[in-house]
Amino acid sequence: MEDRILLAHGSGGKLAHDLIEKSFVSVLDNPLLAPLDDSAVFEMSGRLAFTTDSYVVSPIFFPGGDIGKLAVCGTVNDLSMSGAKPLYLSLAFIIEEGLLLKDLQRVIDSIKTTAEEAGVRIITGDTKVVERGSADKLFINTAGIGKIPEGVTISGSNAKPGDKVILSGTIGDHGIAVLSQRQGLSFGTKLESDCAPLGKIVADMLTASRNIHSLRDPTRGGLATTLNELAKQSKVGIRIEESKIPVRDEVAGACEMLGLDPLYIANEGKLIAIVSLEDADTILAAMKRNRYGQDAVIIGEVTAEHPGRVVMKTALGSSRIVDMLVGEPLPRIC
Amino acid sequence: MRYITEFRNGASAKGLIARIAQTSKHPARFMEFCGGHTVAIFRYGIRQVLPKTIEMVSGPGCPVCVTATPDIDKAIALAQIPGVIITTFGDMLKVPGSRSSLQKARAGGADVRMVYSPLDALKIATENPEKSVVFLGIGFETTAPGVAASVLQAEEQNIRNYYVLSQHKLCPPVIRAILKAGEVKLDGLICPGHVSAITGSQAWEFIAKEFGIPCVVSGFEPLDILQCVAMLTAQVESDESKVEIAYRRGVTREGNAHALALMNKVFEPCPANWRGIGVIPGSGLKLRKQYKHHDAEVQFDIKVEPSIEPKGCLCGEVLRGVKTPLDCGLFRKFCTPESPVGPCMVSSEGSCSAYYLYGSELI
Repeated sequence: MEDRILLAHGSGGKLAHDLIEKSFVSVLDNPLLAPLDDSAVFEMSGRLAFTTDSYVVSPIFFPGGDIGKLAVCGTVNDLSMSGAKPLYLSLAFIIEEGLLLKDLQRVIDSIKTTAEEAGVRIITGDTKVVERGSADKLFINTAGIGKIPEGVTISGSNAKPGDKVILSGTIGDHGIAVLSQRQGLSFGTKLESDCAPLGKIVADMLTASRNIHSLRDPTRGGLATTLNELAKQSKVGIRIEESKIPVRDEVAGACEMLGLDPLYIANEGKLIAIVSLEDADTILAAMKRNRYGQDAVIIGEVTAEHPGRVVMKTALGSSRIVDMLVGEPLPRIC
Repeated sequence: MRYITEFRNGASAKGLIARIAQTSKHPARFMEFCGGHTVAIFRYGIRQVLPKTIEMVSGPGCPVCVTATPDIDKAIALAQIPGVIITTFGDMLKVPGSRSSLQKARAGGADVRMVYSPLDALKIATENPEKSVVFLGIGFETTAPGVAASVLQAEEQNIRNYYVLSQHKLCPPVIRAILKAGEVKLDGLICPGHVSAITGSQAWEFIAKEFGIPCVVSGFEPLDILQCVAMLTAQVESDESKVEIAYRRGVTREGNAHALALMNKVFEPCPANWRGIGVIPGSGLKLRKQYKHHDAEVQFDIKVEPSIEPKGCLCGEVLRGVKTPLDCGLFRKFCTPESPVGPCMVSSEGSCSAYYLYGSELI
């Protein structure tokens, strides 16, 4: 019989201590986590960014990633989108009784690898086990703290007419990679999720120029929804060109088959940057030098016309509205 | 051959657009029957690039949209029967009936599951032998053969707890009804692509012969549709009316004999109630008598209260092509994809949803 998580693993007793010690602390080891006091204690100053997110993706392992990698990247990326350098994360697990111990270990190992790449440390955590059926295998919550460098003010409300809109790469990879694994929908594809920590590419961009007005990662709801959020928040219009938006053949094909639009499919390793016209090329060049921005491209611009709306020029030369995602056509993808 | 990018090529599109503009001299009104075409036309902004002489109207070719309220009420009532699992395509969940929707019924405890294929429903039936699993058979000639195959498979594997509530509809009879009613004057018909893959282009020959209207079967990419419009325009300008195919990679004159045979084996024509149009004889499909043990209509005592149509909703007129969503007082104000009043706003192939999402009137 393979070892599985039991209710007792979450009871606070001996089994729980052993699990935390062996599976979590020894793997994620760092000086702020090591004391295992009720809270992690550390010093910080300046402007900070703080965010939290919960991860419920199903299945928990998918091509190109897993729920652990996603839980680190998601929170690291949210911090990065405010221009912050991500520093510390909390990590809370809600585990369904019966989860294979080796699956849990695989997720924790993945968290370790991703945190190292992102340059963040896990400094506090929690584990709960719930009865079978009360959760689906594993849910993770992470919260993160980052430090915003001097002189950086990035916000979804800072986009200005004339600014350029840069997209860091192909869209829809994550959503389609996860969908391809779902029961009743499995289709063969070599596609992998784009799940990646974006702290370093944002740092590279900020080194290139401080004229970055807005940053956002187009996760759930995809590129279309995120652009709409930015247009509404900044009270500006956004005009993009369909032919400029990079979409992998596998994603385009799967979308055709399933009746989906790549513009609305989730990404977990992409960002949209709205930057001043004069520095757009410098920032784009900096992005292209980073492994997560090789396919970066200017997809459009910010306009004073049609505030709050996103308009796309199609391949035929006509224009149409690109609205937010309405309803929830897709299962749990993050 | 790359089946997507090549058919979305901007340069080729511009060539076709120029050709249409050059050929078109007389005003012409073309109807795209199929909801898939409506969406493609809006998504690529095709109306904007056509010359002023050409007017496009949308037809009733969205299976979810044409499902009449009493039929939706029936499905909801069926979902309330203890021990029944309803399986359906996603769009049907949200369609409002008179008092509820399948989505609301599910929130209230009914077992309603979304599937991608009737074979998934059959699998659920095998896994739940103590339950009655009903597949909501919505769709045109494109979906009916697959549902027929699921019934035959249930027979073969002796799966006795699998049922179909057949609300399938046939396209040629409804087009005939619309043309006969004469409410919309048409100069050309963009014939459905996927339906034609099954029926063959021969299914539309009566339109060219009896009504003298040019017909061209189209695919769903922008170049397919532009090619189709170019061919229709050429017929109009040379005063011809015949059936042509602009979708050779998917459609033949004869159609898919195997699929048609499956469909005819399991189903027979019956009258069907079309939203906004009414009952049309021979325009629906019901299970043949020898499969009545899989027929939900026969096997369940479904009690339905009289239906109520939503006030002010113009879905019926929109489906007949006599009004557009912009004529409807509810559109965008009270009727949105999040809280739809009529089915044309629910379905991803509905005209109202296409007008809403791609909103050319807002640019």
